[in-house]
Amino acid sequence: MILLRLFWEFFKTGLFAVGGGMATLPFLYDISTRTGWFTHAMLADMVAVSESTPGPIGVNMATYVGFTTAGIPGAVIATLGLITPSVIIILLIARALKAFKSNPLVEAGFYGLRPCSIGLIAAACYLVIKIALFNPKVYAETGRLADLFNVKALALAAVLLVCTRYVKKLKGLHPIFFILASALVGVVFAF
Amino acid sequence: MKLLLDLFLAFARVGVMTFGGGYAMIPILEREIVDRHGWATEEELMDYYAVGQCTPGVIAVNTATFIGYKTAGTPGGVVATLGVVFPSVVIITLIAGILTSFADVPQVKSAFAGIRVCVCVLIFNAVLKLWKKAVVDKWTLALFLGVFLLSVFFSVSPVIFVVVCAAAGIVLTRMGVRGK
Repeated sequence: MILLRLFWEFFKTGLFAVGGGMATLPFLYDISTRTGWFTHAMLADMVAVSESTPGPIGVNMATYVGFTTAGIPGAVIATLGLITPSVIIILLIARALKAFKSNPLVEAGFYGLRPCSIGLIAAACYLVIKIALFNPKVYAETGRLADLFNVKALALAAVLLVCTRYVKKLKGLHPIFFILASALVGVVFAF
Repeated sequence: MKLLLDLFLAFARVGVMTFGGGYAMIPILEREIVDRHGWATEEELMDYYAVGQCTPGVIAVNTATFIGYKTAGTPGGVVATLGVVFPSVVIITLIAGILTSFADVPQVKSAFAGIRVCVCVLIFNAVLKLWKKAVVDKWTLALFLGVFLLSVFFSVSPVIFVVVCAAAGIVLTRMGVRGK
């Protein structure tokens, strides 16, 4: 039964996530909130593993979520659910590629879909930031504003932001480099 | 049958060699599909990739279905897609299995706390990269802010935003107010 629900949840994700792998993230947060199959924190870890292993991110995340929820059958079913709508839609479009590409209605729809897609990704980013850089739970208990900020994490985030965006020698590097470096910093400074 | 097997193996190779998907996939696709097998020309590949980007789903999967269909019809589309996801399923299942048994080790927890910080930055960078193409006038800015704020403060299904924004894009275009 859970396999059927997994398939359905990922079918919806594959059908409505427009704009590639990262666009599936808001849907995964939505699944996490509604079903409780996995936590938001676990999801952030899955993003990291999916970025650092071979394969498209969207597929990796689906496999990981499926495995966490229902073992190996879950991994297979979630992945199949994610790709089923793609296969159906592409097989339909492939017959009329030119007409699809130049259809003004499709183009107009995407004018609205693009900001939607990054709005959703930005909201997912906010959820990860809340877990990774702040301690809202500690703050709620102690009421001290200083407890709200995870100083070590904020410092690391600032360094990473500068390195990935402004340092010429570093910004072209593959994400896996930054992920491994952050893991090391986490262990050394006992995050 | 031989062709289907070739398709599966070629796309399994693409799956193994793609780290992160998206643009990272293009050079590998070119080598496997254009140079090695001649299943598509470079221009065709770019067309598939463009359509793969603007149809729902993971871009790598969409592109694989396209090339598979073009090479060997509907069975080709299905086989190529299964090929591209096959390595992910094997590799992630192995890693997830291993990580689950080490999840309670303090050092592993610290490592993942550090990694989570990195994930924030990576997602943030992804948003900035997409921003230029997506937010092009005050209407698209309004759609972005609306979706962002509503999803942060309320638990609304992303499906609703996708449907409403696609409709809004069509209405705004029909009204001729784009870019104003």
